[in-house]
Amino acid sequence: MARPEARATAGRPAEAPAPPLLAVEELRVAYGAVTAIRGVSLSVRPGEVVALLGANGAGKSTMLRAISGVVRPRAGRIRLEGTPIERLPPARIVRLGIGHCPEGRRIFGSLTVAENLRLGAAARAERAGVAEDRERLLALFPILRERQQQPAGTLSGGEQQMLALARALMARPKLLLLDEPSLGLAPLLVQQIFRRLAELKAAGTTMLLVEQNIAVALDLADRAYVLRTGEIGLEGSAAELKADYERVAAAYLGARR
Amino acid sequence: MNPLLYILQQVINAVALGSLYALVAIGLSMVFGILRMTNFAHGDMMMVGAFATLLLGGVGLPFGWAVAAGIAAGALAGILIERAAYRPVRGAPEVTLLLTSLAVTYILENLGILIFTSSPQNFPVPDWMNNAVQLLGGQITFTQINILTVALTGVALAGLGWFVTRTDLGLGMRAAAEDIGAAHLVGLDVNRLIVVAFAIASGFAGLAGALWAAQSGVVEPNMGFTPLLKAFVAAIIGGFGSIAGALLGGYLLGALEVFIVAFLPSEISPYRDAIVFSLLIAFLLFRPNGLLSRAQEVKL
Repeated sequence: MARPEARATAGRPAEAPAPPLLAVEELRVAYGAVTAIRGVSLSVRPGEVVALLGANGAGKSTMLRAISGVVRPRAGRIRLEGTPIERLPPARIVRLGIGHCPEGRRIFGSLTVAENLRLGAAARAERAGVAEDRERLLALFPILRERQQQPAGTLSGGEQQMLALARALMARPKLLLLDEPSLGLAPLLVQQIFRRLAELKAAGTTMLLVEQNIAVALDLADRAYVLRTGEIGLEGSAAELKADYERVAAAYLGARR
Repeated sequence: MNPLLYILQQVINAVALGSLYALVAIGLSMVFGILRMTNFAHGDMMMVGAFATLLLGGVGLPFGWAVAAGIAAGALAGILIERAAYRPVRGAPEVTLLLTSLAVTYILENLGILIFTSSPQNFPVPDWMNNAVQLLGGQITFTQINILTVALTGVALAGLGWFVTRTDLGLGMRAAAEDIGAAHLVGLDVNRLIVVAFAIASGFAGLAGALWAAQSGVVEPNMGFTPLLKAFVAAIIGGFGSIAGALLGGYLLGALEVFIVAFLPSEISPYRDAIVFSLLIAFLLFRPNGLLSRAQEVKL
């Protein structure tokens, strides 16, 4: 796979300090005749927050869906702590430690907030600690504690996003996949959500974040990849990319050639 | 006869008939909720349940145990057809699912004819079940079978209610019915949820089959056809895919059928089914999501 040369090498994890938690190697995903991901490699190390940026249709959500096992890759490897997971069903992948907070929240609206959280933990192999995790998350999102017995469909958009986050975290994932947590939320709520994400990061949660809002994403992330039409157009540390918005923008615009 | 007592008598009849419709409709709706597929073979689970009850009763098993075996046979048949016929075509276009379930119906009914012949067979029940219970000096009568039908349906529904609100599996089933993609992402074992849904739905149909046969006194291979159509109407009226809707629809339909015969001029009684199916068309036209709509389009 021909990758964009010079610019793609900036900040490559050649000097990686820890072995990656997640390693994606030369991944190719296609929907029928349409290739969505063309040989993408990326890695996430323990404790790291990695942002996946890019224009609409660049393949960001497809990456997350492939990692979660919802779509099957045509070729390539996905390893979690060294174990290949690209052929496993989604339920097994959740059990191995990848939580997915999907785009558009996808909470179960007819179930109560408490029931949504309960289902979040349903896939957990070990039951010990479920109650503590629940308490910890209700402390992180106090509004959910107030709304516990309410059908989740009656929550506001921001509250639903918090519930989706908490539901994914109830599985106690080693890696949290976040798909557009700011989608459709007012700026104030986006700030609130990202403040919570920063707290989770400080507590050691490893995240792979897909986000349209470049500024908030780079504020939270340690490193970032910019996808463009299914390939990595640019990668680097969040600080580097923030200092070089022009190149980020160029990588974005590439998508609209 | 005292008109009030007459009405009460008809209400009792309506509840007894509605219970059977509800039992069948709930299963139909449950499977549709998760798979978005109308399982036309659902009616044949009644046949399986009734024949299993007949056979095991015939070899001397007490009636209660024979009914329990009928429920188990229905559940088992449901699990088998899911595994053998429906799982391989899961995710296929709706026409494929429709044709598959029609094919399963024909296979099961012809299998029934092969084994039991197409002529109706006697369905013996213990004598006490046909005893009439008379209240208020004979002004209200119903059989023990009616009581048994209502009581067993009540137990089954209470059990289901507990299951879908108190257990991970039951909550998971509701979650999958709402958003199967999200259920996958949360890590729910959707295959297992579908098997459980088929087992419960088909077990309910097996029970309904045994009770239906006990009331009519006969079993035959295509006995599930009419109840299936009625259950279909009940499920649509209530909101296809919703368990509570199917329950409501089942009892409403039972009431409607009984009341048409009881309270309208006798010339109208023969048109009972025509009225019921006109109601189906009316619902599909004007309220396709049913009474307890879940705000989504109904696909047949």
